[in-house]
Amino acid sequence: MTPAASAAPDAGAARRTAEAVWRIESARLIAGLARLTGDVGLAEDLAQDALVAALEQWPATGMPDNPGAWLTAVARRRYVDGVRRQAVFDRKAEQIGRELAEAEDPMDEIEFDAHVEDDVLRLIFTACHPVLSRDARVALTLKLVAGLSTEQIAHAFLVSTPTMAARVTRAKKALGDARVPFEVPAGAELEARLASVLEVVYLIFNEGYAATAGDSWTRADLCEEAMRLGRMLAALAPDEPEVHGLVALMEIQASRIPARTGQDGAMITLLDQDRSRWNRLLITHGLESLARARSLSGSEVSGPYVLQAALAACHARALVAADTDWTRIATLYQMLASLSPSPVVELNRAVAVAMADGPAAALPIVDSLAGDPALQHYHLLPSVRGDLLARLGRDAEARAEFERAAAMTGNAAERAHLLRRAAAC
Amino acid sequence: MRVMVLVKANEDSERGDYSGHEEEFAAMGKYNEELLKSGIMLAGEGLTPSSEGKRVAFGEDGAARVIDGPFAEAKELVGGFWIWQVSSMDEAVEWLKRAPFKGASVELRRVVEPADFEGKISRDLIDAEQRLRDQTGQQG
Repeated sequence: MTPAASAAPDAGAARRTAEAVWRIESARLIAGLARLTGDVGLAEDLAQDALVAALEQWPATGMPDNPGAWLTAVARRRYVDGVRRQAVFDRKAEQIGRELAEAEDPMDEIEFDAHVEDDVLRLIFTACHPVLSRDARVALTLKLVAGLSTEQIAHAFLVSTPTMAARVTRAKKALGDARVPFEVPAGAELEARLASVLEVVYLIFNEGYAATAGDSWTRADLCEEAMRLGRMLAALAPDEPEVHGLVALMEIQASRIPARTGQDGAMITLLDQDRSRWNRLLITHGLESLARARSLSGSEVSGPYVLQAALAACHARALVAADTDWTRIATLYQMLASLSPSPVVELNRAVAVAMADGPAAALPIVDSLAGDPALQHYHLLPSVRGDLLARLGRDAEARAEFERAAAMTGNAAERAHLLRRAAAC
Repeated sequence: MRVMVLVKANEDSERGDYSGHEEEFAAMGKYNEELLKSGIMLAGEGLTPSSEGKRVAFGEDGAARVIDGPFAEAKELVGGFWIWQVSSMDEAVEWLKRAPFKGASVELRRVVEPADFEGKISRDLIDAEQRLRDQTGQQG
């Protein structure tokens, strides 16, 4: 492929190509630069400068044969130039300068190799560092690892672009101020830090998953971004059962997206969904990831993501809702509750018990949660209680609970669903 | 969005003759690993020669007639495929340009999503279409 042959016919096409290259290369590019400079914020600035240079030059010169290497070479030169300009002519800069000068072709240096992969993993752990707030971790991960633009992230999280830009800048500064080392943590620290990474990925997924039933389809793209990040992580850290568990959980949940909304955008609950619309490819993939997680850990209870994936898998395996193994689901919820006790998990267990043993067996569990302050504004508590009461024939009480739940939810589709149930009592 | 990458067969692949392709295979293994590590690969398989394949032709009356392979015109046949989850067709093109093929023809096609029909036909028809595709096992 010669540059002339691939010369873009117009600036718009060149820009789209550069953006596509950015999506593919940015994580590796930034990660490599972060190792060189020891500063994730500076690495991102250098990488962005290289992208700007590409946008200026590629329309005229055509795309280089190896665009990732081109971007890296430009960014590294800028770094060296910057260090020189500041007259901080320390040994490191000299050394880098010499390396660059000696290299026959700087493009040769940055082939895809294990080294770069380690750097990408370091980048993920750094972007998800607990020194940052959750919002900052999410923004930085989407920006540095997923390669999204600030505009895209702002749009997905329903804030203005300047607000999101400020959040990213603050996060980068916070990493610098805290002198967060560019490394994958080892030993006892790894578990806690990995939990932070997984939390960020799942937060991104849930942001998208909650949106699919609402009004914005663009935000649903976050589900795809999160799954992509999860698969990336699974390939980079293949020995961690919880990583595969999270991938399984996201893929099995996402398999239901095509069935979750009916006509007029009304939400369809899990048991009423047309299961033939579930995405079989994602289910197969998800079940494979779950099997991998289990074989790695040698048990079912390795962690909360594997358990939640196991729960999702119970539904995925049932071709019709009536085939669902509710007894197993109730057991899995019990395991999850003993791992990380939570009133929400307990509420879900109540639902499973109701399905396995009937509403009368589940009502005491739900009633025991009535005073829980954590569930005070949680619409699913009255919603579940309403469902149990309706099935016990206590219609007036059920109606009141559905109406209470409808008043508590912020999601229009969900509210309509609850009001329909109230009217049916 | 999802895209399907259709790799066309060639005379060697149709013969099932992979001798002399060791280097290509190693490069393809590396490429697949790269796809995996980027998180975009949903599926990817190679197909055996069409001599092991079948075709089923349906008459106007719906009657099925089975035709045994091999089939002519190797370059019209599919020799393998991937399904990728990417953010744009441009990204898919850039990924494909990195593949270590030589003298090959590879096609990129976007997978239809229900949203493609939004506003074009009525919701009932979308549902019916979806059900139809589900029944024929074409849902992704």
